[in-house]
Amino acid sequence: MSDDKIEAALRQELHKIAPDMEFEDIDPLGDLREEFDIDSMDFLNLVSALSKSLGLPMPEEDYDEMGSYNAMLAYLRAHSG
Amino acid sequence: MAEFLMPSLGADMEAGTLVEWLKKPGDPVKRGEIIAVVETQKGAIEIECFEDGVLDTYLVGLGTRVPVGTPLAMIRKPGEEPAAPKAEAAKPAEAPPPPEPEKPVEPVAEKPVPRPEPEVTAAPVVTPSGRLRITPAARRLAAEKSIDPAMLTGSGPEGAIQLADVEAASATAALQLEATRPKTGGFDFSAMREAIAAAMARSKREIPHYYLSHRSDLTNAEAFIAERNAGKAPEERILVAALFVKAVAKALKKYKEFNGHYENGEFRQGESVHIGMAINIRGGGLVAPAIHDAQDLDLDTVMEKTRDLVARVRAGRFRATELSDPTITVTSLGDRGVEAMFPIIYPPQVAIVGIGMPVTRPWVVEDKVVPRSTVTLTLAADHRVSDGHRGALFLSAIDKNLQEPEKL
Repeated sequence: MSDDKIEAALRQELHKIAPDMEFEDIDPLGDLREEFDIDSMDFLNLVSALSKSLGLPMPEEDYDEMGSYNAMLAYLRAHSG
Repeated sequence: MAEFLMPSLGADMEAGTLVEWLKKPGDPVKRGEIIAVVETQKGAIEIECFEDGVLDTYLVGLGTRVPVGTPLAMIRKPGEEPAAPKAEAAKPAEAPPPPEPEKPVEPVAEKPVPRPEPEVTAAPVVTPSGRLRITPAARRLAAEKSIDPAMLTGSGPEGAIQLADVEAASATAALQLEATRPKTGGFDFSAMREAIAAAMARSKREIPHYYLSHRSDLTNAEAFIAERNAGKAPEERILVAALFVKAVAKALKKYKEFNGHYENGEFRQGESVHIGMAINIRGGGLVAPAIHDAQDLDLDTVMEKTRDLVARVRAGRFRATELSDPTITVTSLGDRGVEAMFPIIYPPQVAIVGIGMPVTRPWVVEDKVVPRSTVTLTLAADHRVSDGHRGALFLSAIDKNLQEPEKL
């Protein structure tokens, strides 16, 4: 899957969970949960959705690598062959 | 014949606006089945039926603001004869509140219904028994739109209801719905703020609160969750929140005076444990719908129900019983925020358990100071029902349950 498609998938799922947030207003290096004001249930739903749409396991022990928007994107790119 | 009443929607809501019928006259209904939807300050609330039977007649039209306790419809018990629709047909002059399309969502976008019947066949159906006069095409469309024909005024010969009458009724209802729908994604934030303020003011006015706080070691619980979630697909993973719900439910088995309602000067203990989960609403406000019978559910089921509740709260749609049933509330700050909270009891409940943000703190384990993940548990409880002594034992029981997550 191309990098563009991965970013589109991430944006789409984030928008579903936090429809009131503008991507222009967030700090891509800031804490993902803070920036999008999402709680642990939202985060789990985000991981569930991305895991499904990109076919990745995204185990809990990797959560630390998904801390910001950019980190999440890098993680998804690195793991989608 | 029984009246289907607008149920209680919790301490802070006295009325709702009827926006949707999910069953139409003649449909069988089961206890617990959702048959109507009302719009409130807290979003759309689904109203369940409390008995088995057949929906006989609507008593309230769409778009009507309905106080709690108002009869919404008549439910026919199994075996009972239908209420004569002829009565209604006989006096079309009274033909009352307008009609109901099936979905309140995007009523304008509804596709025009092709006329399946040429005008010629649209002769009124008049039966000797005086039954409703309605053309087949009109009857079909009415059924499709969940409109009760008995509530329409016919414009055809001898007052027969024609396709155009049903179409007009459907359009009117759509417009009314448009007008009653709040603008912001199912939530009316200022109305919700008023509702919360009213409930909290009542709580602070009437309930003599006392507060307790206790720091609990969360290390075992977190290790238990990590182990359980390892290798599982995200949708099968559980959150520590599910452990908190179970830990509270289990502690309530022994400390029953924190589970129930205080009403009319006396405490009524809950027969079951319905834990209200305080859920934050994006943009402001919160609701605390119930996880029913939490004492009987395993962790996976609690998690599943929590997910479902959060999803429905986000979508702005939940059930009346979920709002009025909770016998205690659990409110959790999650993993962002601060260490401790001092929550306010949601009347008529008598206790609320607060769970702060987990933090790593120095902790003494076997005479050594080690970093441990900890969480501050708080309890606000009603002095009319319990004292700090029992409150402390209750809070401490929750802590103990969290130390043995495998037993939850």
